Amino acid sequence: MYEFKYHRPGTVRQAANLLVKNEDAKVIAGGHTLIPVMKQRLASPPHLVDLSHIEGLNTIEMKGRSLVIGATAKHAEVATSAIVGEAIPALANLAGGIGDPAVRHKGTIGGSLANNDPTADYPAAVLALGATIVTNKRRLKAEEFFQGLFTTALEADEIITKVMFPLPKKAAYVKFRNQASRYALVGVFVARRPSDVRVAVTGAGSEGVFRVTAFEEALKKRFASKALEGINVPAEGLNSDIHGSAEYRAHLIGVLTRRAVDAANAKE
Amino acid sequence: MAKISLIVNGNPVTANVDPRTLLVQFLRENLRLTGTHVGCDTSQCGACVVHLDGKAVKSCTTLAVMADGHEIKTIEGLAADGAPLHPMQEAFREHHGLQCGFCTPGMIMTAIDIVHRKGHELDDHTIREELEGNLCRCTGYQNIVTSISAGAKAMAKSDLA
Repeated sequence: MYEFKYHRPGTVRQAANLLVKNEDAKVIAGGHTLIPVMKQRLASPPHLVDLSHIEGLNTIEMKGRSLVIGATAKHAEVATSAIVGEAIPALANLAGGIGDPAVRHKGTIGGSLANNDPTADYPAAVLALGATIVTNKRRLKAEEFFQGLFTTALEADEIITKVMFPLPKKAAYVKFRNQASRYALVGVFVARRPSDVRVAVTGAGSEGVFRVTAFEEALKKRFASKALEGINVPAEGLNSDIHGSAEYRAHLIGVLTRRAVDAANAKE
Repeated sequence: MAKISLIVNGNPVTANVDPRTLLVQFLRENLRLTGTHVGCDTSQCGACVVHLDGKAVKSCTTLAVMADGHEIKTIEGLAADGAPLHPMQEAFREHHGLQCGFCTPGMIMTAIDIVHRKGHELDDHTIREELEGNLCRCTGYQNIVTSISAGAKAMAKSDLA
């Protein structure tokens, strides 16, 4: 790991000022992506700004009809939160399946989203549920936030403060894990929302998380796994690696979507 | 260099560290607490698990500066020198929950964390799911699971947390 200077701001404003003042500074919270990448010398930020001690940044609460999760809420906190379990059980379930228990004690929702790893779980939930990402500067809709492989709409001095999830009528997340890394080989989040149905896929797309509109239209007419019969996802544009070919991933998207729809319906 | 103050196994510790020092390095090299191991160094294997404010974390993926102001417990902190072993350690001894022993400190720190979160009556399926982040390369997991199940029960009757 290359040398860096460590900063521990007490407020989001202080953190943002540190980012403005120090070029190429990086934000750290749980550190479970950034520290491994720094160890491999794939990243060498001269300054680290640690958000994990900013008070109130990990709050989980209901605000009106939205579930609001603070950026530094850890995966374990989301997984075991009674508020999340009541409002969007599929989201608690997703958080409880990230990495392993020790990883879940450190990793945060804001960190996962800001990193936008194409195999991370949270992006699928945020896109399928139509969440809004709130930063120190503005509010971003999920579809404008994710901009491809490890790329987001965040500016250099912009910090995620919370994520607002509108409540779905039904939702479920099903993932097929890579056995070694526990990242999603393919993960599908299905949300039946008051006005539409959204199907978001992680792990498979070469440009990161994406929606399957053909599935969404079929499921809007009839929210049942049978409605997806005969509809296939093309393998074009999907990841292909030693863990699975693009064709295999395309097949998995169909299988996992049907399972997710069944799981969402079973929760009634 | 950055000055850090933390509590390690109940004792206050203050030190000057290079910010890039990993918590596991700090524990092993500065404090000479070599019970915590570095296995994979990529947060997969769990040999480096310690408790940070009572929760299991991988100390190879935590910076020592991030632990400033916090409380750390390592395998050395489970039972005093010469005193009887912690019930989870005793269960691993009794049920042969180790062979080479390299993964054992991480296994035991994870096991105690499982008991804190899931209670004293653990079924095998739960234990195996919860051990996802700890790898053992010699025994297989059968005796580790047996040890944790027994250790969890024994912890209910013990004063050691």
